[in-house]
Amino acid sequence: MMESLGLVAASSYAKDIDFVFDLIFWITAFWLLLAESVFFYLILRFRKKPGVPGQYITGELKSEKRWITIPHFAVLLFDVAILFFAVKVWYHVKQELPQAPDQQIVRVIGQQWAWTFVHAGPDGKLDTPDDITKLNELHVEVDKLYHFQLESKDVIHSFSVPVFRLKQDVIPGRVITGWFTPIKTGSFDIQCTEICGIGHALMPGRITIETPEQHAAWVAENSTLAVASATAR
Amino acid sequence: MATAPASHADSHGHGHHAPGFVGKYLWSTDHKMIAMQYLFTGMAMGLIGGFFAYTFRMQIAFPGANVPGFGVVSPNEYNQLITSHGAIMIFWVAMPVLIAAFGNFLIPLMIGCDDMVFPKLNRLSYQIFLLSALVLIASFFVPGGGFAGAWTMYPPLSAKPEYGLTPLGSTLFIVAVALEFVAFLMGGINFVTTAMNSRAPGMRMYDIPVVVWMIVVASILFMASVGPLIAGAIMLLFDQNLGTAFFNPDKGGDPILWQHLFWFFGHPEVYVVLLPAVGIVAEIITVMSRKKLFAYRTVLYTTFGTGVLSFMVWAHHQFIAGIDPRMANIFTITTLLISIPIAEMMFVYIATLYGGSITLNTPMLWALSFIAEFLIGGVTGIFLGASGADIYLHDTYFVLAHFHYTFFPIAIIGTFAGLTFWFPKMFGRMMNDTLGKIHFWGTIIPFNCIFIPLFVLGAAGQHRRVFDYSMFPELARPELRHIDQFATVSLLIMLSFQLVFFYNLITSLLRGPKAEKNPWRSNTLEWTADSPPPHGNWPVLPTVYRGPYEYSTPGRDQDYWPQDAPN
Amino acid sequence: MSASPIATTRSTAGMPTGRLAVWWVIASEIVIFGGLLGSYIMFRLSHDSFAAQAAHTNTWIGAANTLVLLTSSLFAVLGHKAADAGDGPKAARLLYLTAAGGLLFASIKFLYEWPHEIHEGFTISSGTFWSFYYTAAGIHAAHVIAGVVIMLIIAPRAKRNLDLHRVELIGLYWHFVDVVWIFLFPLLYIAK
Repeated sequence: MMESLGLVAASSYAKDIDFVFDLIFWITAFWLLLAESVFFYLILRFRKKPGVPGQYITGELKSEKRWITIPHFAVLLFDVAILFFAVKVWYHVKQELPQAPDQQIVRVIGQQWAWTFVHAGPDGKLDTPDDITKLNELHVEVDKLYHFQLESKDVIHSFSVPVFRLKQDVIPGRVITGWFTPIKTGSFDIQCTEICGIGHALMPGRITIETPEQHAAWVAENSTLAVASATAR
Repeated sequence: MATAPASHADSHGHGHHAPGFVGKYLWSTDHKMIAMQYLFTGMAMGLIGGFFAYTFRMQIAFPGANVPGFGVVSPNEYNQLITSHGAIMIFWVAMPVLIAAFGNFLIPLMIGCDDMVFPKLNRLSYQIFLLSALVLIASFFVPGGGFAGAWTMYPPLSAKPEYGLTPLGSTLFIVAVALEFVAFLMGGINFVTTAMNSRAPGMRMYDIPVVVWMIVVASILFMASVGPLIAGAIMLLFDQNLGTAFFNPDKGGDPILWQHLFWFFGHPEVYVVLLPAVGIVAEIITVMSRKKLFAYRTVLYTTFGTGVLSFMVWAHHQFIAGIDPRMANIFTITTLLISIPIAEMMFVYIATLYGGSITLNTPMLWALSFIAEFLIGGVTGIFLGASGADIYLHDTYFVLAHFHYTFFPIAIIGTFAGLTFWFPKMFGRMMNDTLGKIHFWGTIIPFNCIFIPLFVLGAAGQHRRVFDYSMFPELARPELRHIDQFATVSLLIMLSFQLVFFYNLITSLLRGPKAEKNPWRSNTLEWTADSPPPHGNWPVLPTVYRGPYEYSTPGRDQDYWPQDAPN
Repeated sequence: MSASPIATTRSTAGMPTGRLAVWWVIASEIVIFGGLLGSYIMFRLSHDSFAAQAAHTNTWIGAANTLVLLTSSLFAVLGHKAADAGDGPKAARLLYLTAAGGLLFASIKFLYEWPHEIHEGFTISSGTFWSFYYTAAGIHAAHVIAGVVIMLIIAPRAKRNLDLHRVELIGLYWHFVDVVWIFLFPLLYIAK
């Protein structure tokens, strides 16, 4: 459903999250329609008519209670189905930290009111001289696994990439880790999704998902070693 | 209880001299007058909260525009408006109207006694409540302006003045909230003690009308959940002003502690406001369909179950907040489970309609619309309670639309339902039913036009608390902007129709047809008192012989059987 | 003072209204202190620095204050017994003794213990332990003083054998204040 609203599914787990949404949508739409139909039907059917009194129904008889307990169990069953898929996705996105031989790491620092992205550079390690630090721009390579480390310099922010369906609050005083694997190229929104003061709406970011060639070119252009050697010449 | 006085006048032992204006309207200890004070204060605050909604919705639909009646909305003002709108609607509209106004008016009347057990404490509770409202309003006018960090007040934004830029406003905000809590804790003493202890002779536990039970349970839920937040509020106040470090990570504090303290209260709080509204609906649909409430005991047990479960779901507000991800699994289970007793309550109300003889007057339209709209609110909660889906939906307009589909039925529909239903008893006059229906449709249809589109926007990724989407290309698309504009225009229409209500209210108060004692032919005790009831409620307090929902009882020529009729 | 409504004289739940109301107040206070102390415990378990800060509280003063409060609770119990027996003057005397215990508790804390600690540099913003220490003990002390004030209102009327049932009610509240201290004492003074 999200894709029909124009939102690309750009991470490996976006379609899984979309699936949970769609599953809940169809189940709840069915139940909602059923309940509302019965509801409106009863209102129309039992409009006050001259000479027709109301019926005396206590709801305490077993035969009457059944009308409540059966839908009640149906709701429970559907809840369990939803739970299964929801927990599965949750576990995959939030509890697991997949590993891959060519995994990348990026540090995301939120502050009032900008994002700083520290890319690991050619050596694949953070806090080394070839790191690429950018303001409000995140460049990643398609089909590569990324681990991210979230930090805040001041208040609570929240790192959100709608096309990944990813969201994680950024808490000052802690480092929070997570992961994503981009699967589509393009340039997309990054949002801060926790109110962080007057500039909360003024710290958009941009994630650019590049092909391996594009990404290599970007790294070469921006790596401090490359820049340093370029300026040294 | 052998020689208890049978009437209020007896118990005073002295002749009643007529109180002056101050004594009658401002300094009264009569539960009915205190109810009116809460009602009108709540409605006035509702106008303020509604004005704020109008202003910030205009900003979203027409960014940068000069909003008529306000001016251009700056980013900080936007944050202040949304912060106060939320806080006002919950703490200064829903709670005072649903719990304090209806609770104060109805409880002594429905259980057959002459006043609340502690009338002076009751008066004090209103005064503290009024003070809390004044403190909140004062916070808008201090240097820096009102607090702007959302009604949830997450630190460090709310704790350190350098982050929030509203040092005085932040302190006044939390003081206002704390005072409101104290006022309702005091009010709760009266509701619970009176309902438990002062019932008319013959009124057993299962003869108590549902709305009284609901207000009692709501008061207990409130009391049991607000304590940790009061502690948290004191801690936040100290962080703001004394340099303590409860929530400030620079000095060893933990921002997430606040979130737990807040939501441990915040979640039961939604049931605190839900239950009285649900109770009001029960009273109306039974009377207007001439039917016994389906499975009264089930309703009670479901309510107790919901109350208990409501303490176990709070962290669904914090799935991605940085809590241990394993905890999320527990809370998603409990959250989905709580949908069951709520669904059951809705099913019971729908079942009550079966076999009825339904009159679709204004109170009944409101009561029925509560069910229809709350169902939507309820099912959309499932999207958010499912942790996997919440990863995406958290902090989007989907959340906002969900809670407006629950809060609007609770605070607005519930209020109009109760007000139009009990208006004859409260004021001794009838409201105009035609105007009532015009107001009803003019509210309900635009309501849906405002919030269904917001579900779509949320699913499309539009995030909350943002004054202008122009910096987000995916959200700045014309299709989405047009949806926001449609929603805002619908709000303008809905607000205009409220004029119909106020016109009806005022003209009915001044010139409405005089109401008899029991215009709806209801069973409950309040309808046996005069319209409006005098001080002391009845010259002789009633005795009760049966439950409240004996409608259409077979073998009787009348289709109702008042609780106080001996046979 | 005008008469109470009939509502106050009924007791369908089988408990006198006043007692029901005091239990309600106690319940709401339990949740407030519960939240505060629960937060303290969570912090304590995850911050080693607490133990170092907590080492500086004076266990002997804490113990002395515990003794003072427990003794005053004893007087409150005896006062209740006297009130039940209809002996107003005796109940009043015992209430005054209870109040004196409360005042002694407050004096030890505010006139000796806290000034001493502040002088040594331990203020409310010295660290998270101290923030909790002053907040929790301070709110508790505020409840002690509130209790003393209420006792001083009830005692003169009790002496004239009026509203004797209130002696039990304030006693209930006082026991609660005592119990909170029983939790505070080990958390703030003993666990080092």
